[in-house]
Amino acid sequence: MAILINENTRIIVQGFTGKIGTFHAQEMIDYGSNVVGGVTPGKGGQTHLGLPVFNTVKEAVDQVGAEASIVFVPPAFAADSIMEAADAGIKYCVSITDGIPTQDMMTVKNFLRRFPKEERMLLAGPNCAGTISPGRAMLGIMPGHIYIRGNVGVVGRSGTLGYEAADQMRLLGIGISTSVGIGGDPITGSSHRDILERLEQDPETKVALMIGEIGGPQEVEAGRFAKENMTKPLVAYIAGLTAPEGRRMGHAGAIISSVGESAAEKVAILKELGVTICPTPSLMGQTVAEVLAKM
Amino acid sequence: MNIHEYQAKEILAEYGVKIAEGGLAYSVVEAVQRAREIDGDVWVVKAQIHSGARGKAGGIKVCRTHAEVEQAAEALLGKNLVTHQTGPAGKICSRLYIEAGTSIAKEMYLSFMIDRSSERVIMVGSAQGGMEIEKLAETNPEAILKIYIEPAVGLQDFQARKMAFALNIDSAQLNHAVKTIKGCYRALRDLDANVLEINPLVLTTNNEIVALDAKMAFDENALFRRHKIAELRDNTQVDNREVAAAEAGLSYVGLDGDIGCMINGAGLAMATMDMIKLAGGEPANFLDVGGGASAERTEKAFRLVLADAGVKAMLVNIFAGINRCDWIAEGVVHAVKNIDMKIPLVVRLSGTNVEEGRRIIADSGLPIITADTLADAAEKVVRARNEVVAKKA
Repeated sequence: MAILINENTRIIVQGFTGKIGTFHAQEMIDYGSNVVGGVTPGKGGQTHLGLPVFNTVKEAVDQVGAEASIVFVPPAFAADSIMEAADAGIKYCVSITDGIPTQDMMTVKNFLRRFPKEERMLLAGPNCAGTISPGRAMLGIMPGHIYIRGNVGVVGRSGTLGYEAADQMRLLGIGISTSVGIGGDPITGSSHRDILERLEQDPETKVALMIGEIGGPQEVEAGRFAKENMTKPLVAYIAGLTAPEGRRMGHAGAIISSVGESAAEKVAILKELGVTICPTPSLMGQTVAEVLAKM
Repeated sequence: MNIHEYQAKEILAEYGVKIAEGGLAYSVVEAVQRAREIDGDVWVVKAQIHSGARGKAGGIKVCRTHAEVEQAAEALLGKNLVTHQTGPAGKICSRLYIEAGTSIAKEMYLSFMIDRSSERVIMVGSAQGGMEIEKLAETNPEAILKIYIEPAVGLQDFQARKMAFALNIDSAQLNHAVKTIKGCYRALRDLDANVLEINPLVLTTNNEIVALDAKMAFDENALFRRHKIAELRDNTQVDNREVAAAEAGLSYVGLDGDIGCMINGAGLAMATMDMIKLAGGEPANFLDVGGGASAERTEKAFRLVLADAGVKAMLVNIFAGINRCDWIAEGVVHAVKNIDMKIPLVVRLSGTNVEEGRRIIADSGLPIITADTLADAAEKVVRARNEVVAKKA
């Protein structure tokens, strides 16, 4: 099963003909993702990487049946591209772009809420590494070879820390059903909770791993959801024990600005909610292995 | 990005918010001159640093003569002010704002910020101004009103009136209060601010509503379209190392420990720092070298970490995705040779082309300590740091 994407998902690339879009589109094709074309306004009708280029997302949906999109458009124009995808009927959109203004994301989220829930596009990111269902499809910029197929669902804010987790699991022979990057920005398309809801529904996923960090209310919200609604065990690691208050740690959203946002506080609350905590970031794989062994 | 009080007030004045008469001074002579230009018999000399709680740190002085203004300016200019928000190093005061004294009848609190839970702008107000809102939220949460603003339609008059009534504003000043509240919201929205806080907002004995203090912080991601705001950046208020990092396009945060770090990705950087702490060490910095870690970029990052004289050992932790371990290894070897490193270096590489990367490090003949896992890397760098400290002792 896997969630969100599989080998049949028809993918388009927004910002297809740019340098970054071109590089990662090729990587995704090489991985086996079903990339069916791309969008670059003004270059419609051309062929790029052997695939059609469209002027609008709507044309891509109508002509090649695009279902999912990945956005490599620069920060100033990315919010517009995301809204175009939603309007055209794309079901799942990953925004890789780092540096989108927060107020633009506020507009995007407001725009998405106008669609009835069953027609609403799901957005992951921005400022994330993407989504991968190992062995089936990659909609992102991650090194595909460190992910093996299996039954652990992963949701995380960070790219490289997600790679670290995947690699630790691979070395222990543990595979992943789907890994979703939700991104490091203050306002993200999907929350940890949104992804956990889907992992809970996925018959292939046995255990969920959440990789969180300081700042914002999302990890605690996800812990509450898990306690009330999940039958599958949730394992979590929260990065940023050493982060001082009020300082932004790289990610625009990684800043402790109110009570309950530090790593220590989040860990304490999650423990109380029955979430299994990875004691150190080097034990993410090991902790998941122990939880799997008990099942 | 933070700005000074006087800059925030200039912005707010353009949006119809009333402020006291005031002027900026870089020197004692200028400070006295500003006081002469302002009518009245009370002046407030305010240290311009990027921090709240300046009053408690002695950064705000009420003066009744020009001689007192002169003394206050002498005492404050060039001084490091330490508040609970600045950290122990404090922040240097190189600008003063000289303001006409305000006769206060009542102090209130008003702020706007982007709320991450609701993904909306939230307006917060209280009739009890002057104290920190966090403390008020603990001791008397009923005294605080929060109003969520719908992004598509913006702040409506009825919401501004509701806030004005919650601030106990008299009917006679209602229109002025609504104008002030709406002006603040427009400033936040138009200029991509994350936070706008007026504490206190005061009612004067002349029945005017005046912003007595003002704090604004802006979204770094939006500065590309807010050129006038970007020009307000004051690098004297930021750690020197962070200024150098920003110029090199690196994400750096200076910390108080002595183990230097260079890592790719913000999440992995935070996790690596956690590992160092769990292994008994303290990181000297957060440094995300980013995705495209070229040789040139790697060398810049090394120089930045080592510019901190307190660093006793350094850890490089790279998980190569798009970039490759062999490229990173070459960059590290190149940097170490160019810089003539005098402290121990631990390198942990993982991901794409890891074997090739490790071979390059091994073949370099440099005294680089290598590590396979995150835990191994943290333990080795803490051990190396402890050996350096033991040798010196």
